Amino acid sequence: MDTLKQIFSLSLFLASFRFATPLILAALGGIFSERSGVVNIALEGMILIGAFAAVYGSASTGSPWIGVLYSMIAGLAFAAILALVCVTFKANQIVVGTGINIFASGITIFLLQVLFGVKGTSPMVGRLPAYRLFGVRFNPITYIALILVPVVWFIFFKTHWGLRIRSIGEHPAAADTLGISVNKWRFISVLISGVLAGLAGAHLSIGDGSAFVREMSAGRGFIALAAMIFGKWHPFGAFGAAMLFGFAEAIAVRVDFAFIPSELISAIPYVLTLVVLAGFFGKSIPPAASGEPYYKGEK
Amino acid sequence: MNNYSEKIKSVLTDLGLSLLSIVIALIVGTLFIFLTDKSPLDAYSALYIGAFGNFSAIANTLWRSTPLILTGLAVALPFRAGLFNIGAEGQLLMGGFTAGVVGFYFTSLPAFIHLPFAIIAGMLVGGLWGGLPGFLKAKMDVHEVIATIMLNHIAIALTINYGINIFRDTGRPATPRIMESASMFNFKNIMDYPLLSNLPFAELFAQPAIRLHINFFLALIAAVILWYLLFKTTLGYEMRAVGFNPDGAEYGGINASKGIITAMFISGAVAGLAGVGEVLGTHLSFMQGMDAGYGFTGIAVALIGQTHPIGVILGGILFGALAQGGLEMQFSGIPSEIVMLIQALVIFFVAALQVFKVYLAKRKAKGGVE
Repeated sequence: MDTLKQIFSLSLFLASFRFATPLILAALGGIFSERSGVVNIALEGMILIGAFAAVYGSASTGSPWIGVLYSMIAGLAFAAILALVCVTFKANQIVVGTGINIFASGITIFLLQVLFGVKGTSPMVGRLPAYRLFGVRFNPITYIALILVPVVWFIFFKTHWGLRIRSIGEHPAAADTLGISVNKWRFISVLISGVLAGLAGAHLSIGDGSAFVREMSAGRGFIALAAMIFGKWHPFGAFGAAMLFGFAEAIAVRVDFAFIPSELISAIPYVLTLVVLAGFFGKSIPPAASGEPYYKGEK
Repeated sequence: MNNYSEKIKSVLTDLGLSLLSIVIALIVGTLFIFLTDKSPLDAYSALYIGAFGNFSAIANTLWRSTPLILTGLAVALPFRAGLFNIGAEGQLLMGGFTAGVVGFYFTSLPAFIHLPFAIIAGMLVGGLWGGLPGFLKAKMDVHEVIATIMLNHIAIALTINYGINIFRDTGRPATPRIMESASMFNFKNIMDYPLLSNLPFAELFAQPAIRLHINFFLALIAAVILWYLLFKTTLGYEMRAVGFNPDGAEYGGINASKGIITAMFISGAVAGLAGVGEVLGTHLSFMQGMDAGYGFTGIAVALIGQTHPIGVILGGILFGALAQGGLEMQFSGIPSEIVMLIQALVIFFVAALQVFKVYLAKRKAKGGVE
């Protein structure tokens, strides 16, 4: 009974917003990239570099807001590598994504030593201010994430830009015939996904905490990917999934279960995603051209 | 005859592309070394000496290459069947954990039963962990990349977070130490075996710093078996046909599902063996952090080896050398993470140069038509 009370408490529900923030942002980023036809498994690495850049920005300028800006630039830069190698040079997206993830782990630990002279955790830096909502304090990035969900929905389903991105992810050759530059829009979409993932990183390092810890993304890029799939590549769907996963994380931290070990609760998002993919809750179908480089003049 | 020279040409192109990407990666790597105010020449000579400077360095390079060769194979085999296994990490964990539990749980088995039992159990569980996404792909059309990512994280929760906690007996985040009867032969103990100590060069191995164990040779055997399977058996032919053109293969009477599930099962078992070796040969218990990202580095190893089993051996030794030599670099004040950066750069350049190869092939095909 106590367990139930704990699960359905308001504070736990509100806490899940905090855990869900990076997932929402990165999942929205994933939607941009995948809807345009580029699989982005490098979200993980982009979150990590964003988290680091935010701390570096905050430490070097004294303003956490500059840190946020740095995180977005860092995410953008990593996304530019993905876009350049995969969209322009048409290399395998999954291979390059994996490369970026390894690169991000390496470069962040490397820069920790070069810039801060430490190996595991950066010095404490100024963090973002928090603002109250229903008596709970959230940092601005959480609000940004919540606002972005309907904005991204609007872009995708109510503007011609969104239609373009969706069309090049479903049938690039047809879009090309209509004069839409497939590779240009893919490049842009991947860059946007990098900015959003970088912002997710800033939430981890200077929004929710005030330091960078090595490997602090801890698989969130992959959970965001899961949220995107679970939400069927739709902004509201992804938001719902991210909230569910954030709730699972909040529960794992705060509630003691008698019947399921807390270590296993963290695996729930992944199990759910597999179940959904296997088609038990209605099939989740990716954009048709996702993962395929586009060569002009081929069917 | 013509076919034969054609084959050599293609092997040479592959080798050339791999070497070129390593060279470019090392050159770009110097940019990062400059950030540390150290000379790249010093860094790379430390890297070389650390990896190949003396006999024990070479032996330890091979020791470090062992799990990388195996995870490289685990990526390369499904790649040939058109599948991307980024689940080697999870398969390694499941295999290693199983071997670790079998290794400490059975206390009174003779070594000739206990060790093979632990190895086979680990490989079997790794194989099932790989076969599951194969099954989901073949029967339910679940993309294997997403499925293996999810299974990696489930494996982390099951083994590192939950598994260690239920079995551990000390404050150390690890399962209890395995029995002597389940441990793999370490070369530094060679003098304890009268039969082996008479071998020439045996005393070279008897240095306490040497950590090479028998799993390196199991990895070589695995590579040869996979090579034979891929290129000399019907099953291997079918796998490659499915990878080349799944619909065409199906039309030609090949059961694509069977190929997919088998390739993923075998690959999981091989990645499982990587974990088994780390547990039974290197750490003597399943411990947190023993996976060390081998599953992901394996992707780089498979690519640099052009997804050919023999190429994977060479790629694994190269990356093992980078890891071993990185330590020496760390001693001379250069962060060993340079090695990770070089590995990532190798991935970028191999992937980008692959495109160049596709371009060459296309131009040739066009030339043939005209």
